Amino acid sequence: MNKRKERIIRYLFTALAFASLVFLVGIVFVLFREALPIFGKVSPKAFLLGKSWYPTSSPPEFGILPLILASLWVTLGALVICVPLGVGSALYLHELAGPRQRALLKPVIEILASVPSIVYGFFGMVILAPFLQDTFNLPIGLCALTTSIILGVMATPTVASIAEDALSYVPRSFREASFAVGADRWQTLTKVIIPAAGSGISTGIILGMSRAIGETMTVLMVAGGSAVIPHSIFDPVRPMTAAIAAEMGEAPVGSDHYHALFAIALMLFLITFAFNIAAELISRRFRLKLGLSR
Amino acid sequence: MLNQDPGSKAAGGNFPPAPVKAPVGINMNSMGEADLFGTEPKISARGVNFYYGQKRALNGITIDFSPRRVTAIIGPSGCGKSTFIRLLNRMNELVPGSRLEGEILLDGLDILSPACDAAELRKRVGMVFQKPNPFPKTVFENIAYGLEVNGVTDKHLIEERVVDSLKKAALWDEIKDRLKDSALGLSGGQQQRLCIARCLAVSPEVILFDEPCASLDPISTAKIEELILTLKKEYTIVIVTHNMQQAARVSDNTAFFLMGDLIEVGRTDKIFKAPRDKRTEDYITGRFG
Repeated sequence: MNKRKERIIRYLFTALAFASLVFLVGIVFVLFREALPIFGKVSPKAFLLGKSWYPTSSPPEFGILPLILASLWVTLGALVICVPLGVGSALYLHELAGPRQRALLKPVIEILASVPSIVYGFFGMVILAPFLQDTFNLPIGLCALTTSIILGVMATPTVASIAEDALSYVPRSFREASFAVGADRWQTLTKVIIPAAGSGISTGIILGMSRAIGETMTVLMVAGGSAVIPHSIFDPVRPMTAAIAAEMGEAPVGSDHYHALFAIALMLFLITFAFNIAAELISRRFRLKLGLSR
Repeated sequence: MLNQDPGSKAAGGNFPPAPVKAPVGINMNSMGEADLFGTEPKISARGVNFYYGQKRALNGITIDFSPRRVTAIIGPSGCGKSTFIRLLNRMNELVPGSRLEGEILLDGLDILSPACDAAELRKRVGMVFQKPNPFPKTVFENIAYGLEVNGVTDKHLIEERVVDSLKKAALWDEIKDRLKDSALGLSGGQQQRLCIARCLAVSPEVILFDEPCASLDPISTAKIEELILTLKKEYTIVIVTHNMQQAARVSDNTAFFLMGDLIEVGRTDKIFKAPRDKRTEDYITGRFG
């Protein structure tokens, strides 16, 4: 009897553990199934490189280049914000902050990560966009710059906490070894600790990028929504996520537009997938470099 | 034989046995029978107390280290021997909340005074740690590091010193073809000798070994011990060790620490054959520790 019970429990946990795999496979399957029909109407090249996204005109045009560029544009902008902020906070926390400051700052950074994206969106719409509009004298405050700033702040905690982890994984013995040959603190930090933590810090940056490029709600609220190729940081843009979220409700199920939106989602999935693989590869190298197993 | 200055024969091999004579200024309480070979001590600690926060780790340590001699510090775990050796290059400054009282002199100058720069001091007083700790860099970069942070930019000089240090550390023949490989790919014993080479590259006068063989196999240990015996011709060496055979094999003088006190210090053969203090005898004969 007992043996049977044990087996049931075993199967139950196996099932739970494999559930994630099932979900992932299911999602990928649906993405491909719903996305592929559009490539019967539009060639993949025309789809990816087409400059016009007019899914509801007749005849409709399904070129997603403006959307891809918009996503990359705001993500790049977010990086400019979140890399110095995140890496800088990590270095400060690791190197300079006393125990008291650390006890305050670490939870604060984590809370920043847990603020719902709609709250960031509101903040961007109501405070930041009007402010930027006044400051730079823009026709509209909802633009790539606003989006980048908000996304940058949103991605900062990811970068900061992963970079801080990476710094703290650097064995103390490296620091001692460096001091022991007469290096000062700054030399130790720049020549030993940061290089040793470098791949870990890059992993943090890539995951921050993933977070920024996949963010939807904030982008929908503050990006401005215009599907044209961005030429400046003040242009309103329509990143891939915003296009899907805004248009899915209007696209008749099974229509070309509907399949085109799935194809955008597929692209987005592939991009973030590539980011994650890169992050994993880099962090594996990092562990090897520090002589950590696993 | 008496009062021969070892400095005058730096390249020489064996030194004469120590004259049994206590030079001036030696703390007879702990030394009993002083052994300074008639020279000025390279390093002197005078009444050193050390605290980790409220906890007192060392009680009034007074001891001298003779130049070009190996002094072993032995004692059970937690007796303060590692703590003490890390004061000699001010490594324990990095421990928050620690406090030091007393005087530590290097060639008669106080290393604790504000005038003494810790980085400068650490160039003169090198350290090899308990676990080999090469940087995650190439073999070459590991050794060049100390020169670079000290402002040496001449490529040829750096190359020369790297080769030289590796030879001195008895590692050159084994890894001369692997200078561009990661230091982390070396064996534990090779890594430790690399760390010794890294330390030698900045031309120290004193080398502190903090249980350098604790994580090594017997063959690697033998190589390190052999190396220490070679190095003492040029450097003043202090070695903390758990292993009493090791202390007996490599050292000229031995100091026994117990619970933050220096119990006894003297010539190694005396300490091992005829310890003055009952506690030293108990420890050496394995009755505790």
